[in-house]
Amino acid sequence: MTLLFEQLLNGLQYGVTLFLLAAGLTLVFGIMGLINLAHGSLYMIGAFVAARTQAATGSFLLAVAAGMSVAAVVGMAMEATILRRLYARDHLDQVLATFGLILFFNEAMAMIFGRQPMMAAIPDFLSGAVTFIPGVPYPIYRLAIIAVGAVVAAILYGLIVHTRIGMLVRAGATHREMVRALGVRIGLLYTLVFGLGALLAGLAGAMVGPLLSVQVGMGDRILISTFVVIVIGGIGSIRGALAGAMLVGMVDTLTRAYLPTMLKMVMASTEADGLGAGLSSMASMILMAVVLIVRPRGLFPAHG
Amino acid sequence: MALTRRAAIASALAMPLTARAQAAPVKIGLVTTLSGPGGYLGADIRDAFMLAADGGKLGGVPVQVLVEDDGLKPAQAKQTVNRFLKSEGVRLFTGVVFSNVLEAVAPDVLDDGAIYISPNAGPSSLAGKNCNANYYVVSWQNDTLHESAGENANRLGYKKMFLLAPNYPAGKDAITGFKRFFKGEVAGESYTKLDQTDYAPEMANIRAANPDAVFQFHPGGLGIAFIRQYQQAGLVGKIPMVLAAPSLDSTILGAVGDAALGMDVTSHWNSDFDNAANKAFVASFVAKYQRLPTVYASQSYDTALAIGAALQGSGGNVKDAAAFRKAMLPANFQSTRGKFKFGANQHPVQDWFGLRVEKGSDGKLALVTKTRVLTDRGDAYSDLCKI
Repeated sequence: MTLLFEQLLNGLQYGVTLFLLAAGLTLVFGIMGLINLAHGSLYMIGAFVAARTQAATGSFLLAVAAGMSVAAVVGMAMEATILRRLYARDHLDQVLATFGLILFFNEAMAMIFGRQPMMAAIPDFLSGAVTFIPGVPYPIYRLAIIAVGAVVAAILYGLIVHTRIGMLVRAGATHREMVRALGVRIGLLYTLVFGLGALLAGLAGAMVGPLLSVQVGMGDRILISTFVVIVIGGIGSIRGALAGAMLVGMVDTLTRAYLPTMLKMVMASTEADGLGAGLSSMASMILMAVVLIVRPRGLFPAHG
Repeated sequence: MALTRRAAIASALAMPLTARAQAAPVKIGLVTTLSGPGGYLGADIRDAFMLAADGGKLGGVPVQVLVEDDGLKPAQAKQTVNRFLKSEGVRLFTGVVFSNVLEAVAPDVLDDGAIYISPNAGPSSLAGKNCNANYYVVSWQNDTLHESAGENANRLGYKKMFLLAPNYPAGKDAITGFKRFFKGEVAGESYTKLDQTDYAPEMANIRAANPDAVFQFHPGGLGIAFIRQYQQAGLVGKIPMVLAAPSLDSTILGAVGDAALGMDVTSHWNSDFDNAANKAFVASFVAKYQRLPTVYASQSYDTALAIGAALQGSGGNVKDAAAFRKAMLPANFQSTRGKFKFGANQHPVQDWFGLRVEKGSDGKLALVTKTRVLTDRGDAYSDLCKI
């Protein structure tokens, strides 16, 4: 039982990381109609810049701020110089161009920081573990990630539901052409939305640095899961991104933790381990397929 | 101008045919993983190989090394190798880090009658029944790495172990190898994903199983993430860890720091090995690249030396695979491991050592060689191989 609770927290924490990435990706996809494969690169940039800043200054908060702002600046520059030309093109051109950006950023990071994985230390005020169930110490840092995710979700909700820019974002996600026809400076809106998405990706990268190893190509792997999240949640919807991220986080974590044990009840131990590992890595894809059968536009579609 | 060029052509034509053939360097295709989580492993393999081939020669024979990244993608590696075979005329291949990539690449190379010499991956699938006269492994057969860890766990008196490895060929070889020698009880067995970076669910399962010790195989960046999260989960100092060399190389050690203190590692090579070849290798690697060589670098350096010996013995003619083999099998080179020989399936027969992470007098962490765990160990598949 205590184990289940711990695994639920793990699922929540993974879900939060996915949400930070998915929020930006879903807005860009929903509002500008742009498939941005290079979103994972912004996550990587955030992680590298934060790890480097922390190594140089020793301040974790400064590192997170640096990771976020550099990712946001790179994101906006990328939008203004390259991606803006792709909005009118079809998705295949976008995939090709942004895939090229992935290669570019991976090599650039390797040239600047080297191929050796970098490490960020957990700051003193977040290190250690709390024991809120006897016998199950849970790392404070992972709780902090969950808290940051909750705060970001609340801020995004306020921003999108209660502000003028949020109204434009919502309008853009549902009727893109109409917003343009009404004379809104759509170019500026696009850059701002892209910057926000990049900022959140940078935040996610900076936050996971102390957990994972910061290395070239780290964004490519999480990008797939992020796309699964926004497809499940419904493209263009922040609420969908949150729900999708939590679902994928939980399903991935819980199947990894429990599927092999459950399979062991019906088959030999070694086969159960192998099969369990295989099935759990498929679990989020199976979830996506099921959601698409039941609700082809995702759980919370933004477009009418 | 025109005159000199004509003169140059004339003199080239006048050169005897054999002399011109020798002047063309032997092409070596080094396809390895230079990007992603395994990126630094491939970089060490490339750099150590280049160190041995300094001056463009191996065993006195001019060589040209063609380096390509496989991105840890079997399909990408296969494509590159086929391009090297068909358009570059490469007959000699090396470099692959990961077993799943090698399983895709090796058949193409061998079916074409070309030669493959592995500096790292040694999957069981190519070590037994499907062994090949033109396939050599200088590093180890995958299982033996972890057999040594299993034997080390016996030696350290652990009775109940929790085992973890990624779900790919070398991960399965790891668990098989460990269990082949480990005599105690297996408390739990867990296969992670090769692209996994967050091990929180596994940490919770380890704590729940409460074993005497944990054995895990996570090479490169995976291992860094694993050990750091092991520490964050409060398991360091509570449940000891028994590892094989790839799970705690010098780069991982540098990244995880004090979390690794006291961990037991088994290896066929360590930077502190007291032999002339190794001392020269470590010193020149550090001088050229300003970092400590990992175990991958040592293997790649040995691979280059082995190739050098074979090229020298066969006169640099790699088109004659039989002559190359005759020169290769005696392993006429000074290995950084001290002693080295090939077994019946052309995988190494070598000694395995127990190392421990200790803090040196300078306050820096280092892997220190403590004892010999296995002597002249070949591998479990050699008997199945009929060459």
